[in-house]
Amino acid sequence: MFGFGILSGLLLLPLVGAGFILTLRGDEASVRRNARWAALIATLATFLLSLVAWARYDTATAAFQLVENHAWLTETIRFKLGVDGFSMPLVLLTTFLMPFCIGASWLSIEHRVKEYFVAFLVLETTMIGVFCALDLVLFYLFFEAGLIPMFLIIGIWGGKRRIYASFKFFLYTLLGSVLMLLAIMAMYWQAGTTDIPTLLQTRFPAHMQTWLWLAFFASFAVKMPMWPVHTWLPDAHVEAPTAGSVILAGILLKMGGYGFIRVSLPMLPDASHYFAPLVYSLSVVAIIYTSLVALVQSDIKKLIAYSSVAHMGFVTLGLFTMTEQGIQGALFLMISHGIVSGALFLCVGVVYDRMHTREISAYGGLVNRMPLYAVAMMVFTMANVGLPGTSGFVGEFLAMIGAFRANPMVSFFSVFGIILSAAYALWLFARVVYGKLEKPNLQGIADLDRREMIILAPLVFLTIYYGFHPSPILDVFAPSTEALMQGMRAALSSTQTAAAALPVPH
Amino acid sequence: MYHAIVFLPLIGSLIAGLFGRRIGAKASEFVTTSLVAFAALLSWVAFFEVTGGHGHGATRHLVANWFTVGDLAVDWAFRADTLTVVMLVVVNSVSCLVHLYSTGYMHEDPHRPRFFSYLSLFTFAMLMLVTSDNLVQMFFGWEGVGLASYLLIGFWYEKPSANAAAMKAFIVNRVGDFGFSLGIFLVFVLTGSVAFDGIFPKVAELSNAQFHFLGTEWHALTLCCLLLFMGAMGKSAQFLLHTWLPDAMEGPTPVSALIHAATMVTAGVFMVARLSPLFEAAPNALIVVTVIGGITAFFAATIGLVQNDIKRVIAYSTCSQLGYMFVALGVGAYAAGVFHLFTHAFFKALLFLGAGSVIHAMHHEQDMRNMGALRRYIPFTTAMMAIGTLALIGFPFTAGYYSKDAIIEAAYVSTRPGHTLAFLATVIAAFFTSFYSWRLFFMTFEGQKRWAAHGAHGHDAHGHDDHHADAHATAGAAQADGARGHHEGVAHDDKGHDVEAALHASHEHHDHAPHTPHESPRVMTIPLAILAVGALFAGMVFKNRFIGEGMDEFWKGALAHGPNNHIMHDIHNAPGWVQNSPFVMLVLGFLVAYWMYIRSPSLPHRLAGSQPLLYRFLLNKWYFDEIYDRIFVRPAKGFGEFLWKVGDGRIIDGMGPNGIAARVLDVTRGAVRLQTGYVYHYAFVMLIGVALLVSWYLFTGSPAVSAVAH
Repeated sequence: MFGFGILSGLLLLPLVGAGFILTLRGDEASVRRNARWAALIATLATFLLSLVAWARYDTATAAFQLVENHAWLTETIRFKLGVDGFSMPLVLLTTFLMPFCIGASWLSIEHRVKEYFVAFLVLETTMIGVFCALDLVLFYLFFEAGLIPMFLIIGIWGGKRRIYASFKFFLYTLLGSVLMLLAIMAMYWQAGTTDIPTLLQTRFPAHMQTWLWLAFFASFAVKMPMWPVHTWLPDAHVEAPTAGSVILAGILLKMGGYGFIRVSLPMLPDASHYFAPLVYSLSVVAIIYTSLVALVQSDIKKLIAYSSVAHMGFVTLGLFTMTEQGIQGALFLMISHGIVSGALFLCVGVVYDRMHTREISAYGGLVNRMPLYAVAMMVFTMANVGLPGTSGFVGEFLAMIGAFRANPMVSFFSVFGIILSAAYALWLFARVVYGKLEKPNLQGIADLDRREMIILAPLVFLTIYYGFHPSPILDVFAPSTEALMQGMRAALSSTQTAAAALPVPH
Repeated sequence: MYHAIVFLPLIGSLIAGLFGRRIGAKASEFVTTSLVAFAALLSWVAFFEVTGGHGHGATRHLVANWFTVGDLAVDWAFRADTLTVVMLVVVNSVSCLVHLYSTGYMHEDPHRPRFFSYLSLFTFAMLMLVTSDNLVQMFFGWEGVGLASYLLIGFWYEKPSANAAAMKAFIVNRVGDFGFSLGIFLVFVLTGSVAFDGIFPKVAELSNAQFHFLGTEWHALTLCCLLLFMGAMGKSAQFLLHTWLPDAMEGPTPVSALIHAATMVTAGVFMVARLSPLFEAAPNALIVVTVIGGITAFFAATIGLVQNDIKRVIAYSTCSQLGYMFVALGVGAYAAGVFHLFTHAFFKALLFLGAGSVIHAMHHEQDMRNMGALRRYIPFTTAMMAIGTLALIGFPFTAGYYSKDAIIEAAYVSTRPGHTLAFLATVIAAFFTSFYSWRLFFMTFEGQKRWAAHGAHGHDAHGHDDHHADAHATAGAAQADGARGHHEGVAHDDKGHDVEAALHASHEHHDHAPHTPHESPRVMTIPLAILAVGALFAGMVFKNRFIGEGMDEFWKGALAHGPNNHIMHDIHNAPGWVQNSPFVMLVLGFLVAYWMYIRSPSLPHRLAGSQPLLYRFLLNKWYFDEIYDRIFVRPAKGFGEFLWKVGDGRIIDGMGPNGIAARVLDVTRGAVRLQTGYVYHYAFVMLIGVALLVSWYLFTGSPAVSAVAH
């Protein structure tokens, strides 16, 4: 149909849902219900379509698949889509998490319901677009466009300090992306194209790589977020509505990691190699620093947000080890963290909806009245701690073993993360879930209802399933990682021989 | 068969965990207990099959691939050799008896399905640990037992002390796992494999390898073994990482017997024995093992001398006995170490379950100062405790006699550095062991009764303060053990030095006011009797196979011995005084305890009074908790607070976004209404973006733009 394929469908379906919701008039209960159902159906349909894409995807090759290519701004800047081993799992993660977000917002959003769901559906399109884009301009466009709905979600449906949080979020990410835009222009100027597959084959001069790398880094590091540009995240999380937090932690944070693996590492291998120690240092600082900060938080969401920063430290660490274990571990951790942190925020949402507070001290002894909730929370807490048998373990373990190969000292420091994560996560659990149920206003608190069960059960299952059997995801990464490694090895060895052959300038 | 042994408990755990509420407590108990019993039966079959005349070395049973990334391949697989089946027998037998015992002990608890699910989950994780054929699966089991231990220590989640203890156990173990993880990484980097079959053949060629780590050149295998041993120290509660074990006594007593005496805490010993080919190539690491083991054996025994909580005495005893095992491993007598692990499982589980029976009889009273003269009321438990005590102190021909004496002799005849210290430590600890064991026995079962029959104590007094007031009242009336008088002078801190007895989540018997201690039901006494048989005869029956003539045929190469390691042969040549020294020590310990607690009960009081510093030092467990709190816990929190408020708040935010955001807000505030203001702003920003895109499109290729990029 007009040469548009399945990936365009993925971009289009949420927009169709959004368009339908916009046609609804009025603000009665029935209209709201229709908006909710429309959003749910649209996201479910998108998820199903992504499963179709997955069925057609060949995991044995590193090549881009399901490619679509249309003229767009010019002949060289094209509307080009495709997926490979790095992006396919992230697309699936996005489409998978979206229905949960809609479900989590079912009753908790009470004003401007239509606009809320429209924002989420537009957000979904932009997120899928980031992972599918095979043209840097298109990539940039989606990367930035995603900011706007998120900015609105925090700013309109957020908590008390939403204005501050949304501006902080916006300023940080915008500043980073301006530099990225400049880098994309420079790449175009050098290579004459913004086509990603072509750029992957292009060798940029070493000095230029340095500047390009830094410009991209500014954007990706903020998105990641890496220390010290992480402070927008805790604020954004605290103020965002539950579903906003899920998307923020589950998908938006993965864009930075995806950027590194899509652009920085393969296109700028020399600079990546050169800057790897910088990334190691920032990652290790992030792991230890933010874990310590997480330890003293009194707000549940802030604690989980800081723990996300620490986990993203493992991701950046793993990616820049440039070993198979490190890269695949980092990628796996991205998926796993998407599920686990999303689920943790959903768990926070469950009690927030009941008590309207996120203060740890307002809770305690929930297990007495909410045994099912306690079980779910325990599973996700343990996954957050990286207990073997949960998905959290595989990624962290691989990232650290890769780091040990690349630099044992870095690995040594990163392993402190496993002690600290146990400390903050279990302490949170002990304060919220265990203990006597003494607070008078908690006496009537109800356990998970059917809707919440339906939302949390699949996440519990996947967390444990991928802990025991991570191969389905790892096998998708493998060929692309292999190709990336080969490319980087070739690039680095040629640089080294070139450097060795050159006379030393004096 | 191995599949069944390992997975039956998991199935039981899942059934009790998922459907416990539906099928009820009785059914959950029945399902879990019978599945573990069946697994235990199969374990004994496997034991005789592998160690018998027809068995041959290690076999591998693949279950599935876990993950493969590059050259790192990790499988779910079982390795069946003598070491494995010894552990299988220990784990499943004790687990089965503990399941059975718990049906009685936990009878009043409303959460029995959950309890039995956890117990079976623990059993599964422990089985995964001991059957593992690679380090990563071992780590899975390792952390899995840690999880189960966490859940079971915190089983009575309403008790703050139980929650704190559970967390402490997990986190301290994580400190050990810090080393274990790095050890795995290093093994992988050195040998390119994490499977034992891949690691062991590479050891020879690595014997001189160096590794640069943290600014120092290390002998690679020594570094490896030291890191891995750090994990063992955590799990087996060795000196410096021991602090969690006494607190773990907050859990129900059957849990203490299973996890914190017989099985999980021996995982460290198992690990070193399993990796004996690696450790044999790292003699310097073995010195560390010896020294740490010796120190732990001695130090834990000293604390055991003065504790008043019946479970804590046994907990410190466990800690000390684990030290013995590490001494054996350190001097290269792996078989003796594992043999002690084997016999210790029987008599220590017996002691704990016996203590549980006492606690049950006393309605959840754990303080020995409130016991005494129980022999007349619970004669069967008394007899069982007597057997456990005899086996623990190594009375001739009981189980402990064979294994413990072998360790002391091995420490003497060894020629490796550190062996003298280990020898002295273990001999002195043998004296202490005898003393505290008899002290426990006398305080609990002999002398005057110090519990009140008028019903003023026990289960109604759940708070600390209540309890102490009450305990002092009753004990004071009965002229309690001397230590108590002094005890009032010792500040009660909240770290559970004299922790209140376990309280059930919703305890139903409030109407027991005047009670007399009663013997436990049959389901509890039968496991005691079976363990007593083991405690008496396990040494005699198995000595020849584990450490005697039949050793080589029994082990079939499951434990490695370096070319110069003849220690298992040399221990037979230990001089007579060395062979007799443990017996002398046990007699001495008995006499001193008898003198202090039967003949002259006021003596301990006077002794404590004359040595207040030493007494408090021991009573407060060498102040480890306080020191760790001061140097780790509080600084971590303080530093976290500092990084948050100053680092994130003042420096990063203060210099960066807050300044800018504040300006933006100034503009927004008052000028436009909130939400409309937003939409304008964002439309404005979008405009900028569009403008940028368009201008770029117009200027592409022009030098002006590209100059910026440079």
